[in-house]
Amino acid sequence: MEIEARDLQFSRGDRPIFRGLSCRFPRGKISVVAAASGGGKTTLLRMIACLLRPDSGAILVDGTRDLVSLSRAESDAWRHHVGMLFQFGALLDMLTLYDNVALPLREHSKLTEAEIHDEVRRVFEAVGLEGVDQLLPGELSGGMVKRAGLARALIEKPEVLLCDEPFSGLDPPTVRKVEELLQAVNERTGATVVITSHHPLSTMRIADHLVMIGEGRAVEGTPQTLVREDARVADFFEEALSPPAVARGAS
Amino acid sequence: MNPIAGVGRLGAWAIGSVRALGRFTLFARTLLGAGASPPLRLRRLVAEVYDAGVLSLLIVCVSGFAVGMVLGLQGHNTLVRFGAEENLGAVVGLSLIRELGPVLTSLLVAGRAGSAMAAEIAAMVVTEQLDGLRMMSVDPLDFVVAPKALGMILAMPLLSTLFVVFGILGGWAVGVIVLGGDAGAYLSTLEQATEFSEDVLGGLIKAAVFGVLVGFIATYQGFTARATTAGVSAAATSTVVIASVATLIFDYFITALWGY
Ligand SMILES: Nc1ncnc2c1ncn2[C@@H]1O[C@H](COP(=O)(O)OP(=O)(O)OP(=O)(O)O)[C@@H](O)[C@H]1O
Ligand SMILES: [Mg+2]
Repeated sequence: MEIEARDLQFSRGDRPIFRGLSCRFPRGKISVVAAASGGGKTTLLRMIACLLRPDSGAILVDGTRDLVSLSRAESDAWRHHVGMLFQFGALLDMLTLYDNVALPLREHSKLTEAEIHDEVRRVFEAVGLEGVDQLLPGELSGGMVKRAGLARALIEKPEVLLCDEPFSGLDPPTVRKVEELLQAVNERTGATVVITSHHPLSTMRIADHLVMIGEGRAVEGTPQTLVREDARVADFFEEALSPPAVARGAS
Repeated sequence: MNPIAGVGRLGAWAIGSVRALGRFTLFARTLLGAGASPPLRLRRLVAEVYDAGVLSLLIVCVSGFAVGMVLGLQGHNTLVRFGAEENLGAVVGLSLIRELGPVLTSLLVAGRAGSAMAAEIAAMVVTEQLDGLRMMSVDPLDFVVAPKALGMILAMPLLSTLFVVFGILGGWAVGVIVLGGDAGAYLSTLEQATEFSEDVLGGLIKAAVFGVLVGFIATYQGFTARATTAGVSAAATSTVVIASVATLIFDYFITALWGY
């Protein structure tokens, strides 16, 4: 599915967050939303998930359906197509990790417990979580919570995958692993993936499409063209573009 | 001070209260709908009854015993003046069964399990757990909130019964063991004076109504809490205050209307 935000206006109190933000998330591609901290990345994802309504503007799916005007039942139906990884995991404290990830299947599918078990195993393996089934979210590290949240977002094979900062708090090898996982999911299922990140290297590695939010508006394009054409974007991604410090020291 | 401003504030307060009551009523209606529609989530319900019950078990038993002891002492001192001290069992038992059991249990449970329930739900709001459920197309009212409210409604009569039993024991401890009253008279006057449908059932109904009050107020305060740390503590405190006052007010009306 293709998602397009048109002229979004949104304020918190009298503090404007979006002032006419427009951007596109192309179908079946990995888009990365970049912004400084507090720039409104989470806000934008919550709007796509229908958890938050902009003051005005439209969010179109496939150019027709407007997410902003959905009723409660309709947004519920829309969320069936969407998987979301929350910035801080948002796992249910009262359920074990296994039950957290199995919950959507238990609620919506007619799978037997054995089939659910296989599915959960599969996503746990994909995100690199093993032997933690019976732990409660409170007993996990931040990075493990993140991966469990990702497992839960993936379990229902969403057509649109929203990931709020999937790389923050992970060690570099795991970051690579999650990047590969997201690319694999995107390739295998053709899901439209929207990632927020202020991790320049990862962004450069996986973004097909880059949306840079600044001062409540967005510029977008492929990462390569944006970096060339927009000084602010170039500044933001400086680290990813310059040769690594280690290499410089060695030469 | 401008007298008009005072009237204006009074009006604003009145409108605000009616609004809040309206929102609460809407919440209660939605919650009833969510709770009554399948799936029934029996396992979640049992867990919640257990939580609400176990949290309050100790304070209910201890307080019940203490209140019974006080009733035994006061009742004895009063009855002795009329030479009717053998009726102690009836006095202690009836006041507990009809009035003090349900009311005091409700106040205690509101302070213990009710505030905990509100804080727990509010913390789930803060940590986006409820939004997480919404993203899985699971209704948080149905999955989290309704079992909690229902658990409270079921736990309250059970706890109130415990309170009464321990209260009667407390009265017995003072009246019979300490003051040397007649054990047989204590129990037989209690048995003769108590009417099942009038007293016992009435007390249980009262407790169930208080369970509805505490359960709905606690879940409402938690569910509508502001998503901040202060919001969590405010939800807990206002639950205790509102639920306690509501218990006392409703107690009068139940007693006046149905004679319980
Ligand atoms: N619940 C809220 N109430 C008031 N203001 C909020 C709330 N949530 C976010 N904001 C404000 O909205 C703006 C955007 O927040 P948002 O969480 O979308 O930023 P972000 O880009 O995700 O930041 P980060 O990279 O730190 O996660 C911030 O300025 C923040 O102060
Ligand atoms: Mg954020």
